[in-house]
Amino acid sequence: MKIKETDVAIIGAGSAGLSAACQAAAAGARVLVIDENHLPGGQLFKQIHKFFGSRAHQAGTRGYVIGQQLLDRVEKSGAEVWLDTVVYGMQKDCTLGVVHEDEHWHVIAKKVIVATGAKENYMAFPGSTLPGVMGAGAAQTMINVNRVLPGERILMLGSGNVGLIVSYQLMQAGADVVALVEGAPFIGGYGVHAGKIRRAGVPIFVGHTIKEVTGKDKVEQVTIVAVDSKWQHIPGSEKTFDVDTVCLAVGLNPMTELVWMTGCEFTFIPAFGGHVPMHDRNMETTVKGLYVAGDVTGVEEASSAMEEGNLAGVAAAEALGYLGAEEAAEKKKEIWGRLETLRSGMFGEKRRTAKQSQIERMEAFEAGAACGQKGAAV
Amino acid sequence: MNGMRVVQHPILDELDTSKTVTIYFDGQPITALEGEPIAAALINAGITSFRYTPKRHEKRGIFCAIGRCTDCMMIVDGIPNTRTCVTRVKDGMQVKTQDGLGSFERKEAEK
Amino acid sequence: MRKGRVACIECVQEIPCNPCEGICRFGSITVGEQITALPVLHEDSCTGCGLCVANCPGLAIVILDKSYSETEGTVDFPFEYLPLPAEGDEVDAVSRGGEVVCRGTVLKVTRVKSYAGTAVIRLKVPLEYVDEVRSIARLPRPRQ
Repeated sequence: MKIKETDVAIIGAGSAGLSAACQAAAAGARVLVIDENHLPGGQLFKQIHKFFGSRAHQAGTRGYVIGQQLLDRVEKSGAEVWLDTVVYGMQKDCTLGVVHEDEHWHVIAKKVIVATGAKENYMAFPGSTLPGVMGAGAAQTMINVNRVLPGERILMLGSGNVGLIVSYQLMQAGADVVALVEGAPFIGGYGVHAGKIRRAGVPIFVGHTIKEVTGKDKVEQVTIVAVDSKWQHIPGSEKTFDVDTVCLAVGLNPMTELVWMTGCEFTFIPAFGGHVPMHDRNMETTVKGLYVAGDVTGVEEASSAMEEGNLAGVAAAEALGYLGAEEAAEKKKEIWGRLETLRSGMFGEKRRTAKQSQIERMEAFEAGAACGQKGAAV
Repeated sequence: MNGMRVVQHPILDELDTSKTVTIYFDGQPITALEGEPIAAALINAGITSFRYTPKRHEKRGIFCAIGRCTDCMMIVDGIPNTRTCVTRVKDGMQVKTQDGLGSFERKEAEK
Repeated sequence: MRKGRVACIECVQEIPCNPCEGICRFGSITVGEQITALPVLHEDSCTGCGLCVANCPGLAIVILDKSYSETEGTVDFPFEYLPLPAEGDEVDAVSRGGEVVCRGTVLKVTRVKSYAGTAVIRLKVPLEYVDEVRSIARLPRPRQ
């Protein structure tokens, strides 16, 4: 077994992890970024659409172009990157168990930033296990990264931004999207994203769900059905389509397994996708020296993941003495300003209040813990 | 070879399909792009089923495509439970449909 | 629109987003400090150059011209599919809902580096359809 020591170990080389690496390395810290994939970038390189947000911060630029710029900065920053490397576990003292180049390593870092992102949810219905039923993100990976169509006639379930955007991208790759189906009575994502697929002739069925998928050995047909306000099927409202693929865009779930291992305190926030670690305004959890950033703290979007990564990188560098208090405070203020902007407006509001409550619960927990300690001392 | 391949794309650069390797799916040769995940090469060749479930012997393909769900597991060069969506092709690779749970047989020399 | 080419911004939800404001060389679009504000177009200074059409991440801007002729108008819209039509092609023009409402003639297809992959198509349609037409039906894709 080999040992690797470093200042800041970052698990995950996606939007948040790479951003954290840039900040910490630029401040002078020794940084090691670990990712189990062969290529860095997480979900960023699959985003071939132009990002929203402020023009001053790359709105109008395609996601994968932003990703390449981020990678270039990491390369110049002096951060070390271990790809094809699995972090299989994290001890309570945040020592990482790692398999790298067929060898077993312990990575011992003064600060650890977990930026492992989120995975797609599954929805069960008759036929949901047939080959051809897959996550919308899976289809996106296949077409934009691997350059192969998973199918030619697609039904999409879910009208959040993932469902709307991936439907558009499937058509760009040459597939036909026969319909988009949404259980709620309204479209969940941006009107402009829905507009693009409507102009392309894709019907959007709100208040509908999938009744069943059939086929011999793989997807051949899908039947959708209307649902009432209690989500019960309305008999007689069925519609059947010939398809070879059904994509599920029914939400994401933070991949927090490594964080759980440390005994870190969690809280349940449905708007963020489920159980998420509590953290403070520095992205530090209840385990000292353990930071979290990006979708693992709650499902949002690439832009806020990058900013949370920036925040964690700056905070870790400051805690190690690589950044002075004043300089760090200035940087954090700017980052928080941009996060507030990203979390504004009708779509951002829910995320803003969710993040606020995540931080408030951490503050309450710390206050309670402090009282407890005082009590014990007395 | 270019069955389901996205060569021309309105946004992304044209795909370079010149560097290929050959892998074997249940003995059948398949042309793959150098360095791509096994699952991508199989899907391009029109293969949608990668394994059978242990209890009900049902076919499974890909679900998450990023190495999280294990739906795409196959026996690769003798090693079972290999996630084909995150394992890259190598020339001459033997990829076999996995029937049920994988089993490792430890060689005497490794003990 | 009857005076000549002018932008029409169909952005109706408050999302933090403002590239249109910065890309316009004539200062004809205002979003302001609060970037969730809906963009405001100053029609009189708008020349209909179309830079905003290609740059809007939501593909929500078109250029309309009702002065093209007595009976025809034009719509410039963003298009990100293959194959692209050729200039002179007769195609199906579609409404916001994707319904074919009339036939149109492709006058111009612009694809330049600053458009970052978004093509802008100028389509000539009967005057009465200028307010409805927002794109063309996707063209059949040859097997690769």
